[in-house]
Amino acid sequence: MNLVADTGVMPTSRDIRFLLESVADPEIPVLSVIDLGIVRDIAVYQDRVEVSVAPTYTGCPATEVIERMILAKLRRNGISHVTIKRVLSPPWTTDWLTEAGRQKLRAYGIAPPDGSASKRSLLAPVLKVRCPRCSTDDTTRVSEFGSTPCKASYKCNECFEPFEYFKCI
Amino acid sequence: MDKDEARLNYVLRLGDNALVLGQRLSEIVTRAPELEEELASANFALDYIGQARLFYSYAGELEGKGRSEDDFAFLRDGPEFRNLLLVEQPNGHFGDTVVRQFLFEAFYSLLLEALARCDDARVTEIAARAVKEIHYHLRHVTQWVVRLGGGTDESHDCVQQSLDTLWRYTGELFAGDQVDEAFQCEWNGPRLEDIEVAWNKKVEAVLADATLTRPNAQWMDGGGRTGRHTEHLGYLIAEMQFLQRAYPGAQW
Repeated sequence: MNLVADTGVMPTSRDIRFLLESVADPEIPVLSVIDLGIVRDIAVYQDRVEVSVAPTYTGCPATEVIERMILAKLRRNGISHVTIKRVLSPPWTTDWLTEAGRQKLRAYGIAPPDGSASKRSLLAPVLKVRCPRCSTDDTTRVSEFGSTPCKASYKCNECFEPFEYFKCI
Repeated sequence: MDKDEARLNYVLRLGDNALVLGQRLSEIVTRAPELEEELASANFALDYIGQARLFYSYAGELEGKGRSEDDFAFLRDGPEFRNLLLVEQPNGHFGDTVVRQFLFEAFYSLLLEALARCDDARVTEIAARAVKEIHYHLRHVTQWVVRLGGGTDESHDCVQQSLDTLWRYTGELFAGDQVDEAFQCEWNGPRLEDIEVAWNKKVEAVLADATLTRPNAQWMDGGGRTGRHTEHLGYLIAEMQFLQRAYPGAQW
């Protein structure tokens, strides 16, 4: 007997991934959990589906909301035996943001992380961040922190718009 | 000391450091000197409380008596907290907050780097996650130490005073006891002697950059590891635990 899907059809991990592509990050709604790179694994067993999720920051309040949204999404699609596994290792890095995710961020007005999150780039004194509106590099950092743990605040010296930067970690 | 008991104690201490500093930093929210620092403090606090939750959850599993992260945070009294004295010191003025953060994080980042290589898989993964957050904090507070030290005469004197006042709590960072020893021997934990050398190097470089003077060798306070705290911790705990003490078992 198949317990995974209420419809009686066994979903594949690709089906699940497809569903998760429309589960949005509650704080940056243009990004799906797939774009964010936090869905690390989808395992389909005889009796359940296990989705492994990596939290972005240890204290990020969105983590629990996202887990509930994933469960709700799958349940609405007839997959009710789902467990969420929180995986800390390897730790999430902005390198896992998908290319599609980076483009969506830019279109939404948030500058995507620049470069790779190696320790050197993390500790580099100043980095050039491109304005997501007018694409100039002539920008100023207003604050290393922002409205959520994953963002810093910048302003553009060309179009004078303030914008957020998805910081590289 | 039994190896499992030492590990439980060690993990609880890590949780207590993170929770107490997280609570201190959240006190600054709504009263930071400028909006950017308000955001920074709130972000720091969030990271620390997130780390505390991970350490406490693990401690609860190790202890095996069904205690949750909330039980550790809200239902223990002062002497049961094993955090370092440095993290419980009051926020004071902005220079005090910055110096406390710098002295602790210069140590904590090194500790986490070493913990990310220890033989306890859970501690390793928490440390590997946390160290990325702490590096980001440390870069921020280091800039402030340099800016305040090299700023006006007034900012220089204020921050030098903060350094002189808080220095007495830095000896404890490296004054390990049998718990540290056991964790080092049994779980390939950090060697505090090595961390002390690296910390001194880091701190001296930043102080030189900030034109600040390293305080002279002096008597060092201690006792946090075994629950002997300064008078400041009690007030912090009273505020933090008020709701659970007044309305036991209250839930969101």
